[in-house]
Amino acid sequence: MIKIKNVSKVYPGKPPIHALKNINLTIEKGTIFGIIGFSGAGKSTLIRCLNRLEEPTEGTIHLNGLDLMALNEKELRKTRRKIGMIFQHFNLLSAKTVFDNIAMPLYLEGKKKKDVEEKVRELIDFVGLTGKENVYPGHLSGGQKQRVGIARALVTDPDILLCDEATSALDPETTKNVLELLRKVNKAYNLTIVLITHEMSVIRDLCDKVAVIDNGEIAEEGSVYEVFTNPQKTITRNFVNTVLQNEVPSNLSKALTNGKFYRLIFLGERAANPLLSEVSKRFDIHLNILYGSITELQDKPYGNLFVALDGSQEESRKAIQYILENGVDVKEVIPHGA
Amino acid sequence: MELNWEFFWPQFWQACQETFLTVLGSFIFGTIIGLPLGIILVVTRPGHIMENKAVFTVLNTIINIVRSVPFIILLVAIIPFTRIVTGTSIGVAAAIVPLSVFVGPYLARLIENSMLEVDKGVLETAYAMGATKFQIITKFILPEAIPSLILSFTTATIGLIGSSAAAGAVGAGGLGDLAITYGYQRFITIVIVITVVLLIVLVQIIQSLGNAWSRHVRRKRG
Repeated sequence: MIKIKNVSKVYPGKPPIHALKNINLTIEKGTIFGIIGFSGAGKSTLIRCLNRLEEPTEGTIHLNGLDLMALNEKELRKTRRKIGMIFQHFNLLSAKTVFDNIAMPLYLEGKKKKDVEEKVRELIDFVGLTGKENVYPGHLSGGQKQRVGIARALVTDPDILLCDEATSALDPETTKNVLELLRKVNKAYNLTIVLITHEMSVIRDLCDKVAVIDNGEIAEEGSVYEVFTNPQKTITRNFVNTVLQNEVPSNLSKALTNGKFYRLIFLGERAANPLLSEVSKRFDIHLNILYGSITELQDKPYGNLFVALDGSQEESRKAIQYILENGVDVKEVIPHGA
Repeated sequence: MELNWEFFWPQFWQACQETFLTVLGSFIFGTIIGLPLGIILVVTRPGHIMENKAVFTVLNTIINIVRSVPFIILLVAIIPFTRIVTGTSIGVAAAIVPLSVFVGPYLARLIENSMLEVDKGVLETAYAMGATKFQIITKFILPEAIPSLILSFTTATIGLIGSSAAAGAVGAGGLGDLAITYGYQRFITIVIVITVVLLIVLVQIIQSLGNAWSRHVRRKRG
């Protein structure tokens, strides 16, 4: 478990730059925790505070009860060996083969090639690079390079894995594969993963929890489902809207004047249509489907349906009650300009 | 004046050997001086792993001063020091001293540039892995810089060949000495021509070898 308490970071200068302002976060063991923000929001600084590549100006960070800020240089080096990190630009050593790149953290501990052979081969197989042991990174594709990076980060059996924009330099298809690998890592080793990204799709596809960072502060935090279905802040809504159509498209909302609008949120295997036709039959209302979208959220189908509901107040209330009882979330929508 | 070729060739061969030994010796001692200085120049600069403004500024200034003294003046200026070290001021051993002093700071600069080419991300990665500062230099920066270091050492070697010929002016032996004694002092132009042609060929070969080696390493790494 990672506990970040009152962490601030100020870069001295004229004027000083407040990169992080009083950050508080708790990251449970085994979760995949995403931190999203625009460039310059402070997410890079924040993730680097977790292995003290950046020194927080104030605050404390505890890793499994260990006070990171109290460590001296030697203890810090030892602790860093238990914190894996992967990077946007992979940062592999061009002078070393895939095998030696992955083994590097163990070589630093003074281990010899024959001592690490078994462990490194196991990881090479795990990340799907069997047969590439003696290849130099320069001959690998971006996705393969990041796989080497992941294997290298795992070779010391770390407690947490930090991912610094790990897929930002990759194409969408490769991104998907790398994210799948990260999920496999999380499941296989019950490894806590902290990642930063500016892409909401990464959060959607991989994370359990998400924190939105804006201008050095945590703007919003919660489970991915919560944040995606019910974002509180404008910045969060903007991020969510990059991957989900959560709001009534503006051309639709302008055209509508009658009735009330609701957003029905389906998660998992709930089928939308049977429920809606049932509602129309049972209650004296008109249900008009305006817009719908289905995507995947944390591997489960996630549907958004915008409906206009016309009918008496009482019947409408009952209808909504009925929908809620059937495990579908309902939120009233105020159209733009209304 | 006519040249006695039979008498000349053995002298020429000996001069070649002397030049080779002079360059080799200066290369070794120059590296012993230049490599640590180059590394210190890199790691003490602002923002680097062992930032130390005082050390960096002093070293940087000293290297600039030594580098701005023409070799022929440096050669004469440090004769007392050369005498202390080798007991003489003429011959191969005596030439190695000023040449090492000359090429050391030059190499330090070249090594500094090569090491600075290494991506900063590599440093961050090394830190994140828990590497010590010593390991960051020996296991990360230097191996990554090898293709560029090969070219730097090639450049330094060629610089040494040129300067070793200049050292011939003060009786250091070698090809430069030969060219000056026969060609300049006795007006036998052909000796200058032969020497210069040999130096040109030598420089071409060393530069080509250096380029090929560096390219080979780069290509292997992809």
